[in-house]
Amino acid sequence: MPEYTGYEGRSLEFLKSNNIVVGDSVKILSDLTYSGIIMPRYEHSDNMHIVLKLNSGYNVGLEIEKIKKVEKNEITRKIIEKKGKIEPTQGLPKILLLSTGGTIASKIDYRTGAVTPILTADELNASVPELAKIANIDAQVLFSEYSENIMPEHWLAVAKKINEFEKSDYSGIIIAHGTDTMHYTSSFLSFSLAGFPIPIVLVGSQRSSDRASSDAALNLIGATKFITTSNPKGVYVVMHLDESDNTIACHLGTRVRKNHTSKRGAFQTIGGSPAFIIAENQIQENFSGDYFKIKEYQPKIKLDTKVALVKYHPGYDPNLLNQIVEMGYRGIIFEGTGLGHIGKTMYESVKKAKGKGIFLGMTSQCIDGRVRMTVYESGRDLLNLGIIPLENMIPEVALVKAMWVIGNYHDSEEIKKIMLQNVASELSD
Amino acid sequence: MSEFSINDVGIKVGLEIHQQLATNKKLFCGCTPIETEEYSIKFQRKLRAAKSELGEYDPAALFEKSKSKSILYFANPESSCLVEQDEEPPHELDVDAKRISLIIASALKSKIFSEIYPMRKTVVDGSNTTGFQRTMLISQGGYLEVDGSKIGIQSICLEEDAAKILGDEGSVRKFGLERLGVPLVEIATEPFEANPKHIKKIALALGRILRSTKKVKRGLGSIRQDVNVSIKDGGGVVIEVKGVQQLEQLEKVVEYEAKRQHGLLKISKKLQGIEWSHNKNEDRKITTEQFKKCKSKIIQNAIKKNQEIVTIVFKNMRGMFGYSPYEGIRLGKEVAELIRFFGLGGVFHSDELPNYGIELNDIENLKEFLKIKNNAAFLILAVPFEMIDIIVDQIISRIYHIRNDGIPIDTRLATQDGETKFLRPRPGAARMYPETDIPPIIISKNELELAQKNIPKSWDESIKELQSIYEINLQLAEQIFDSKYIELFENIIKNTNVNPTFVASILCSTITNLERSGLDSSLLKNDEIRKTFEILEQKKIAKESIEIIFKNIMAGKSDNVEDAMNKMSIETVDETDLEKIIQKIVDENEQLVKNQKERSIGPLMGIAMKELRGKVSGETVNKLLLKNIQKKL
Ligand SMILES: [Zn+2]
Repeated sequence: MPEYTGYEGRSLEFLKSNNIVVGDSVKILSDLTYSGIIMPRYEHSDNMHIVLKLNSGYNVGLEIEKIKKVEKNEITRKIIEKKGKIEPTQGLPKILLLSTGGTIASKIDYRTGAVTPILTADELNASVPELAKIANIDAQVLFSEYSENIMPEHWLAVAKKINEFEKSDYSGIIIAHGTDTMHYTSSFLSFSLAGFPIPIVLVGSQRSSDRASSDAALNLIGATKFITTSNPKGVYVVMHLDESDNTIACHLGTRVRKNHTSKRGAFQTIGGSPAFIIAENQIQENFSGDYFKIKEYQPKIKLDTKVALVKYHPGYDPNLLNQIVEMGYRGIIFEGTGLGHIGKTMYESVKKAKGKGIFLGMTSQCIDGRVRMTVYESGRDLLNLGIIPLENMIPEVALVKAMWVIGNYHDSEEIKKIMLQNVASELSD
Repeated sequence: MSEFSINDVGIKVGLEIHQQLATNKKLFCGCTPIETEEYSIKFQRKLRAAKSELGEYDPAALFEKSKSKSILYFANPESSCLVEQDEEPPHELDVDAKRISLIIASALKSKIFSEIYPMRKTVVDGSNTTGFQRTMLISQGGYLEVDGSKIGIQSICLEEDAAKILGDEGSVRKFGLERLGVPLVEIATEPFEANPKHIKKIALALGRILRSTKKVKRGLGSIRQDVNVSIKDGGGVVIEVKGVQQLEQLEKVVEYEAKRQHGLLKISKKLQGIEWSHNKNEDRKITTEQFKKCKSKIIQNAIKKNQEIVTIVFKNMRGMFGYSPYEGIRLGKEVAELIRFFGLGGVFHSDELPNYGIELNDIENLKEFLKIKNNAAFLILAVPFEMIDIIVDQIISRIYHIRNDGIPIDTRLATQDGETKFLRPRPGAARMYPETDIPPIIISKNELELAQKNIPKSWDESIKELQSIYEINLQLAEQIFDSKYIELFENIIKNTNVNPTFVASILCSTITNLERSGLDSSLLKNDEIRKTFEILEQKKIAKESIEIIFKNIMAGKSDNVEDAMNKMSIETVDETDLEKIIQKIVDENEQLVKNQKERSIGPLMGIAMKELRGKVSGETVNKLLLKNIQKKL
């Protein structure tokens, strides 16, 4: 930790001139006498205060202007994390835990005062001692990013990392991931690593693991139990089923979506029950059959990011679509209304896009249900314009799939064929 | 055993007052706290101890975790939302609660911080869904004056109230969420030397300052006081005693706690003279087999429940568990409290045996089986197998602590009979973690000035003012001010012409008397009280009817005034009807009137009131009777 984290201008000068740094134990004479430890300061704060953790544990901001004297105590207690290390137990299955960041690996960040994903995979493992009784877990950090900062190049990095373990003695791989974009990552892994021989499980949490009520531990335990008990090939998302701590849901990685901003049970399988429900000592199976529709593992770890997801709405300006076309995009996934529609005002632009050989796919902003473009005349118009209905594929999944398909195939007929082919349970009956 | 004298131990006491604020909103969401027994939402959680900001675990949190209860929450959507369920981040700090806490801090001349950091205080007993209580230190320093001497203020915090415990069921603890998140102001005084009698007075004075703001809740459960007790030779150990319900209890609790602490020091000294240490492998043994035939009901029940009977041997400790430096203070009791805390009942120590169905031959067998020497002591306890090490470790470390360091640093709970019992280890600074969901709160110069301007009048001034505005006597003014009805009282007087002394005495003594007779004043809502006085003002009921109406409502027989009036056949009589009734009575008793003249009013009053009680005041009936009697003469 830097010695003056967050201090700037006058407050930084004040610390320096008094020869104190963050972590020092001090006695400050102001309107009263305060004893405590100098704490880091958040960015975006003013530079008129210093932050002190009083002996009672409370943090307070003291106005520099009022401080008469600062005394440094001899015994300084540096803020050093004590780290736990877990010894493996013979005979237990092995699991690889890859951390990418997210709330699940978060604790306080003194830069902003909010939480940040800085726990290492080892710390995460050590903070849930129950895991060591179920499996021997090797932990690695890939990166420490929140969901919104996870980019397609991160998907590639995760997929490449996992690909290294095609032939390993791991029973499964757990990926700690931010929840907001977890289903994009799970989709990409599903397509790019189709047929991977051991389960890949993405786990996140809605409450950071630095709090007693965190859902992180139970989600991790659920994922570990799932891998060691059921062990089916596939890519899954494991999160709380609802607000209670006793049931964990395991969703298919291409049929899942985050449907609430903050609840523990935010993740839902669209159009069905979660594939597996992990309760205290049993796993209920709602999904039988194969996740991957191909038997052999055939990694295709490539993608093309020139695919846009267009949510149509009343008043959508067709010029926006023209812009996308002009920017050289190779695929457009529409999130149409109802059964899969966009307004007449769009037709000209759609024609233009088609003329450029861009892949055009239709999904529905209803999220649940199937697009059906033959029911109304507008749907038929759109079919004639060359928009491909993508059945009941979730819009975000269709976007990721199009990136992957276009990144790996070049013939437009083939692109269309694979887009409609069920690769990793992204289409369901 | 020696006699304990409170004056010899140099007792110091600090008070902590927790007062709910009357904002009608919660501290970090817009929910209204409503008492309820209907819960449509139910969910189950487990809490885990998390590391503090400094990378340490809090001892209290670890201890709670070792009890490993699973928690069931019950919620009503009217009084809680996703925030209380810990399913949504907190909203912004309620401005009213902030404003009131600044006024209170200013009234106590406390130094308010210009940058306040909301913190998470770890609480993993389940009383907070988050596993922590949100709390912020508003100010430090300041004082209040009681009888001319200054009592220092240590700190003033603004925090969330906890969930309401609904009960335990096996290893499941149940909570209701309606109270969770209600704003509380916590005021802690500096430790002061005072005899236990003065403590009550200081607590009362603090409560009165709070009530002077008229922004705090009143009534049962809206104010709670904890007391910190230390003694001169206690090595700086301060014991926090929670849950003192009534001020009357304070005095006894302080005295008991001082006695316990001084007694523990004596026990400690004696322990230091004994050569004892605990060997994990030799000194704790499962001896369930040896007790299979024991006649003790407690032991047999425990064996039935599949618990193990564990014996812990203490070399050279014979007599130590039963040693009682003061009445009711023993090492044996300290251990028993700890066991009970884990929800277990059975613990016996060798100094009290044979007894409780454990017979001499049980003891002889045990001693032979474990080769216990005569000068050793032992504890026999019933524990579920998986908890043996956790519990035995707790017992051993507590005894080590008493021997090596004296008084263990506990948080304790006041009991009904004025003693204290072990609640949990005292939490340390490691239990505090910054609340990362809420940015620091800045207190502007404007807000400080506003708070200064709004400092309420002192209690004495408020009482004087009440007396002069409403022309009520001192006692009534004090009573109404301390009661939960002060605002209602002022409201009723403002909106009706009913005599203030009458209103105050109904609110203070009539309702209190009904309460003492076992009725429930919480059933009587303020709106109904207000309505009753309006009906009285319209002369639709007599003064005497009020008690009858309130009694009916407080007994749960009716829930509003109209209903109660119906049930008790209280009707209104209009003036012409009344005239007729009185005239009729006088006519029917013409002979009596002629004979006794004006004195006939006595018996006639009886006859008239039989018919008119509760409908018309006696005064009116009397006047009318007299008028009619005189007409007849
Ligand atoms: Zn709420």
